Amino acid sequence: MNTADNVVEMRSISKSFNGVPVLKDVSFDVRKGEVHALAGGNGAGKSTLMKILQGVYQAEAGEILIGGKPTAINSIQDAKAAGIGMVFQEFSLVPSLTVAQNIFLAAEPLGTGGLIDDRAAVRRAREVFSEMEVDVDPRAVVSRLGTAYWQLTEIAKALAQNAQVLIMDEPTASLARHESEALFELIDRLKQRGISIIYISHRMDEVYRLADRITILRDGRHLLTAALTDVTPEQIVEGIVGKKIEGQLSYRARDHEAHDGAPLLEVRGLNAGHRVRDVSFALRPGEILGLAGLMGSGRTELARALFGIDKIDSGEILLRGKKVNLGTPQQAINAGVALIPEDRRAQGLVLEHSVQDNLLLPLLGRIQRGPFLDGAKAKELSSSLIKRFAVKVAHPHRPVRLLSGGNQQKVVIAKWLGTDPDILILDEPTAGVDIGTKSEILDMIRELASAGKAVIVISSEYPELLAVSDRVLVVKDGSIIRDIPRSEIADEEYLQLAVQGV
Amino acid sequence: MSKANTIAPRDTAAPRNFGAILKELDWRRYVIYIGFVVVFLFFAVLLRDQGFLSPNNLLNIFRQTATITVIAVGMTYVIACAEIDLSVGSVAGLSSVCTAMALSQWGLVPGILAGLAVGLVVGSINGALVSLLGIPSFLVTLGMLGIAVGVAQWITASAPQPILNDTFNTVFGSGNFGPVPGLVVWSAIFVAIGAVVLNRTRFGRQVLATGGNRNAAEFTGINTKRIKFQVLLISGMVASVAGMLYAGRLQSGRFQWGSGDELSAIAAVILGGTSLFGGFGSIIGTLFGALLIGLINNGLILAGLDSSQQQVVRGAIIILAVALARKK
Repeated sequence: MNTADNVVEMRSISKSFNGVPVLKDVSFDVRKGEVHALAGGNGAGKSTLMKILQGVYQAEAGEILIGGKPTAINSIQDAKAAGIGMVFQEFSLVPSLTVAQNIFLAAEPLGTGGLIDDRAAVRRAREVFSEMEVDVDPRAVVSRLGTAYWQLTEIAKALAQNAQVLIMDEPTASLARHESEALFELIDRLKQRGISIIYISHRMDEVYRLADRITILRDGRHLLTAALTDVTPEQIVEGIVGKKIEGQLSYRARDHEAHDGAPLLEVRGLNAGHRVRDVSFALRPGEILGLAGLMGSGRTELARALFGIDKIDSGEILLRGKKVNLGTPQQAINAGVALIPEDRRAQGLVLEHSVQDNLLLPLLGRIQRGPFLDGAKAKELSSSLIKRFAVKVAHPHRPVRLLSGGNQQKVVIAKWLGTDPDILILDEPTAGVDIGTKSEILDMIRELASAGKAVIVISSEYPELLAVSDRVLVVKDGSIIRDIPRSEIADEEYLQLAVQGV
Repeated sequence: MSKANTIAPRDTAAPRNFGAILKELDWRRYVIYIGFVVVFLFFAVLLRDQGFLSPNNLLNIFRQTATITVIAVGMTYVIACAEIDLSVGSVAGLSSVCTAMALSQWGLVPGILAGLAVGLVVGSINGALVSLLGIPSFLVTLGMLGIAVGVAQWITASAPQPILNDTFNTVFGSGNFGPVPGLVVWSAIFVAIGAVVLNRTRFGRQVLATGGNRNAAEFTGINTKRIKFQVLLISGMVASVAGMLYAGRLQSGRFQWGSGDELSAIAAVILGGTSLFGGFGSIIGTLFGALLIGLINNGLILAGLDSSQQQVVRGAIIILAVALARKK
């Protein structure tokens, strides 16, 4: 291989935190104008490797070559100067500023007298967007735009700083399907202009759609780098997980009618806000109900209404045949409902608090002795939850922020299952989670249903919905437009068409 | 390749582990205790001839810090919940005035109840405006600071209200329990209850969760509006007790009592390691924060600095301590 083609080359990188090695002798390179997928389970070292490239962390051993020349990257500024741009997973924009102001933040074009020349900024932002062949108004205030535009602004920001390599970490996680497709087309155009992209994603279809080569990390080591044409999806999954996943992601017919046929949950003519309109359905014990719909279709809002977060305007909710009032989350919890919210970082966890404190937050009543919390009981309960849900933690007293995405999600699930709910609602339970943890979570859902719980799963990923659901409700504009038993859904295509309302 | 191998982590396992342990031991959390000891030793050496170490002077430090300590215990809850209460100093003043006036009119018990009522009313109004109307606590309590001190000045026509009831004066501040000054006992009680409730009860945990991530707390079924209401109510009630301690120690009620205490209390809380952004709180840290401020005040007076110089040195020490304690 001719190293001169490599815009970035990372050689024998090692890094450890507090004496625990996270990267061991990892090499990684990116050629001009290629899309290079970086894959690996949670904790495999992908993000650490990328943070070293961005100058957030410094490697303990190894070197980085930019355009064939050894380059020291000791800060984010160094990385920018070396032409490395990052499209952040959590967007790094200032919501109150305009698109153009964000793009040129800290690099504003100056006019006479050293004052910021806003017109030049807008003009140059327009140029960048026209090169990207996308239509974004540089004068628009970012907070008024949707996520897809935020991402375009991020990309434009990197390009305006002459980035030659763009790191994209799960860029489609918060995009609707047609927005993802537009992003893929943009990536193709960037490629043609000689820009290289490091693409991190758990979604196999995207990797195959976009990437030229793939590098897989496992447990901080380099496992393989290969052209996508040379590896099968099975090999990739096996490489990431370290073992063969057999059918976790495919549907297995379950005997969900074995349980008592009377509905556990019944919703009649429910209206809440603008996004839940006249919704009626019933859920039996042991049943897994999938909610399919586009983002903004009202599926999340339905979950929020059932959990007492959003106010119900009219309609009835019946639990075990009895009418109940779920006006607050506390009432919902007492009635045996649990919601695993869609955004684990913002809604599921207190990131700065310890794993144990997070796990026990809904369970404080169970660890009380008299008016006080019992430390011994707390430890016992949290370690039993950690064990039962196989959460990988170094220490339960360390902040939950330090865990990988998949393990954070397990903490959220464990926290809620600790309350022993009868009805479990999961909103995007596997978003940003690696395939190994994903199959564990899906298995967990099946087990819960088999134990007689009623489960509602909301997901944008159709394969996942099809893998677990016994029945799928299609939500559009706040209403349920279809109610389809799993057996009648032939494939993903069918469900996709149903969601589009065809 | 070989280059990487020569600096493999294993080669230096032993010293690295020791270093790791040192790193693990997050000394920033203990900066207040270290700072307290350093400042104490500094004054002990520098001011040994001025009687700094005499038991009387040391008890004096405790006595002078007592009201700030009590207020700061309540403030710890407010700040850990990611709110702020600027009205505490004027609540203390209003409470001292109301206690004194009710005491001379109707006697001991109504006097005490009148003082507590000030905290109950002001705390409830603060709490209701913040939790129900969603007005930032900074603004609500800033307004309340003016209102409370204004009312206190108005109803007394700026005149001090003497307290002649010996029982009251003895219990609230002037008296001793055996060898221990009553004020020290009061602050010990507040610190003890405050620490246990924050660390060992459901309520305390819910305060920290609400301050750490209000959204997540809400999704966990915690009534975060009620928690915010409760912390501001507690802060008001605690400040009203502090006002009675002023009244008892100085044997009068006066609208100026407690003025400026909100800033000393906030400084004590932040010095003690409670996060200004919420989610973390330490009552014992707060106690030492308040003691450190008292220590500095006392030392600087003994050292013969005039009050303008005292302010400069005190400000510098507080900034230094917070700078050392900041997160990486």
